[in-house]
Amino acid sequence: MNIWLNFLIDSLAFGATFIYGSTGEILTEKAGHLNLGIPGIMCMGGAGGVMMLNLIGKSSLPPVLIVVLGILSALLMSGLMGLIYSFMTVTLRANQNVTGLALTTFGVGLMKVIMSKMNATVYLVGPKMLYRWPFAYRQDSLQCLGVLFFLAIVVAIAASWVLFRTKVGLHLRAVGENPATADAVGINVNRYKYAATIIGSSIAGLGGFYYIIDYMASQEAYLSLEAFGWLSIALVIFALWRPHMTIIGSTVFGFLFSCSSYITNIDWIHVTMATKPLLKMLPYVVTVLVLIISSIRNKRENQPPSSLGLSYFREDR
Amino acid sequence: MEKQLALQMRGITKRFGPVVANDHVDLDVYEGEILAILGENGCGKTTLMNMISGIYFPDEGKIFVDGHEVVIRSPKDAFQHGIGMIHQHFKLVDLFTAAENIVLGVKEEGRYNLKAINAKVAQIAEKYGFHIDPQKKIYDMSVSEKQTVEIIKVLYRGADILILDEPTAVLTPQEIDKLFQVLRRMKADGKSIIIITHKLNEVLAVSDRVAILRKGEHIATVNTAETNEAQLTEMMVGKKVDLNIDRELPRSPAPRLVVEGLNLDDSEGLHVLRDISFTANGGEILGIAGIAGSGQRELLESIAGLQPLKSGKIIFHNPKKDKPVTFFHKSMKRVKELGAQGAFHDRQGKPVSFDGMATGAVRKWVESGDVLFKEDEIIDLRDKTPLQIRELGVRLSFVPEDRLGMGLVGSMGITDNMMLRSYRKGHAGFLDRKKPRALADEIIHELEVVTPGVNTPVRRLSGGNVQKVLVGREIAFAPKVLMAAYPVRGLDINSSYTIYHLLNKQKENGVAVIFVGEDLDVLLALCDRILVINSGSITGLVDARTVTKEEIGLLMTRTDYARKEDA
Repeated sequence: MNIWLNFLIDSLAFGATFIYGSTGEILTEKAGHLNLGIPGIMCMGGAGGVMMLNLIGKSSLPPVLIVVLGILSALLMSGLMGLIYSFMTVTLRANQNVTGLALTTFGVGLMKVIMSKMNATVYLVGPKMLYRWPFAYRQDSLQCLGVLFFLAIVVAIAASWVLFRTKVGLHLRAVGENPATADAVGINVNRYKYAATIIGSSIAGLGGFYYIIDYMASQEAYLSLEAFGWLSIALVIFALWRPHMTIIGSTVFGFLFSCSSYITNIDWIHVTMATKPLLKMLPYVVTVLVLIISSIRNKRENQPPSSLGLSYFREDR
Repeated sequence: MEKQLALQMRGITKRFGPVVANDHVDLDVYEGEILAILGENGCGKTTLMNMISGIYFPDEGKIFVDGHEVVIRSPKDAFQHGIGMIHQHFKLVDLFTAAENIVLGVKEEGRYNLKAINAKVAQIAEKYGFHIDPQKKIYDMSVSEKQTVEIIKVLYRGADILILDEPTAVLTPQEIDKLFQVLRRMKADGKSIIIITHKLNEVLAVSDRVAILRKGEHIATVNTAETNEAQLTEMMVGKKVDLNIDRELPRSPAPRLVVEGLNLDDSEGLHVLRDISFTANGGEILGIAGIAGSGQRELLESIAGLQPLKSGKIIFHNPKKDKPVTFFHKSMKRVKELGAQGAFHDRQGKPVSFDGMATGAVRKWVESGDVLFKEDEIIDLRDKTPLQIRELGVRLSFVPEDRLGMGLVGSMGITDNMMLRSYRKGHAGFLDRKKPRALADEIIHELEVVTPGVNTPVRRLSGGNVQKVLVGREIAFAPKVLMAAYPVRGLDINSSYTIYHLLNKQKENGVAVIFVGEDLDVLLALCDRILVINSGSITGLVDARTVTKEEIGLLMTRTDYARKEDA
């Protein structure tokens, strides 16, 4: 296959990690909660899925069941992290940044402990092929496009549809923009905040699972996962708080991320060991640029939800 | 035709701690009428309405809707009984369109279909004569349009009883007329409308009946057709209460702060202050009376340099003492004239008299530099930064709703709060803690501040003590102008008197005190002159010793008809 097509597909596949992370973060932020725990939650989502696969990876269960159980377990574990986060920030009204950062530290650390106990020959070798259906046996980069990749696209588009085309989405956005108003018209603010945070966290967790099992499919994959959690949060700004935009954003990010290894194929560009790290900076530089541009344009629709990061308490007036 | 009762309140009582906001209020509202609820600030109008609309729950009393007793625990319950309230501060999501805001939270069958919603909104708007584009975003709307959205929001939910909390406060006269037309149309449609207001002319213009509240009590309900401004004012402000605050005549008042033609617009381009001119004299307390939100806050902030002015001058006469008289600026003749008026004094402070002296002797004396005079330095504060203004001795002791918001840092102790004013002093980056500490001790001692220690965070102190700390600090820096906004809000009687005493002492020291108050009795007893401000304009400057409470009440509430012409 053409090397540039390979490059594009690789970017797409890599980007799916971010699609999950950012879509999850967008849902949480739309409810007015800045969840900096996403890296930890993605790690724990990955660990949750892997733990289940470690149990059933070599069993004789039907392949579909193995795939579904892995996904469910990842969802459950990251949802649990989301529950901790929402309990702390919604019910106890703790500082969201501090809670999020603590959750990241906790999640990353716990994941490393869990992963060191797992057996890669059980959780990875067999299941990897199941998750990479239908392209599992191809030799080019298409092999990474599996069940979870397509699910990511579906999730992002569905999240956008719910947010902008349904009443539930309208209510959720109202909660994030102006919880007092939402409360006054009879919307259960805390219920929406909990739901959005937990669902958002679960979705983000799938990103970690996808990265470990499908995209990287190596037993060292988990070590670099945290960085992609942070990038997912940055990507939320890139996507202007629209889940479907994360598909484009993630691809661009994936593109920039892997360009340092593809760019060596261009004859007239000489990449030395010294310039390669500079290329690796690109996704971060672009994030900063996007941040600057979106701040300058200052269009109301492209701003973060108005009450992002603020706790809501009805009797605070 | 017998009118149907829509809403009855019986014995409604609400307490906030020891404060009784509503004391056994009985009120009837009929179908197809506009009932005005009239009263001063803090008389419990809004609290009462909040209990019908489900924001608060009454401590005692019953509410009947269409003859059945109901329990209203949340805004949702209120909507179910057909009651909707339009709050003074709009509850809208800026980023949404009008239609999205209107359907927010409404439980309806079927799919979420914005087109159908837009059509329904347009239909309601047409029925009552509103003009609105359902697809316009709230952040693009004027205040009046936002209010329209709020009203339609309530109507969309099928409300039959509409409560409007000071709906005209933010509108222009033309918009007010339009609103009143809409209200009359709704009345004709059989809806009951309650409007909370303190503007007498509007009460007389639009309402069928008026209920008057005073200090939480329902004084009377009268038919609008059978009453007049004077009667309503009297019921609203009540009889004068004697407070027994010592008040001395001002000693040689001299202009200290002259404000000329001040105009200020807010961020939405509405006039907040228009053409404000007054003079504050040293050695005098100038009271500012007005309904809450008439521009008092903005006026003080303008003087303190915190608001960018549209136009106008703020002239500060900075007293400079004891300058030698010279012939550079004054002729011999002028010097002699002024000397005869007693304008000069010598180094011992005794007045200088040139009586019977030869011109040469006068010249010699003056040139020796021993003939002194007092001169005011004239400074336009408009060109100064807030810091420079403070350095000149213009002090603002501002007590907004949130006492700790402006002036003190809640989580710091008294000493540290003292240092907020002196942190620039001291040597090369190191703080001088001794003097602020001594000052803190002095304030605690002299003003009897009750605190566990100087380093206890001030937010743990009671309101009165916080206020003493704030006023104490501002006074300690020897101000020349002291502006105190609501300095006794929320304080008990004793603390209030301590503050009055402090202000009186400043007056004795020749400070120009500007006192913004809400209690008319206090203003009448404490101040020398009272400036009445109404919707950002001055409606009167009266002598506090001779004016009556009713006169001030009228000045505060009567809308200036001149405004209508220029608008």
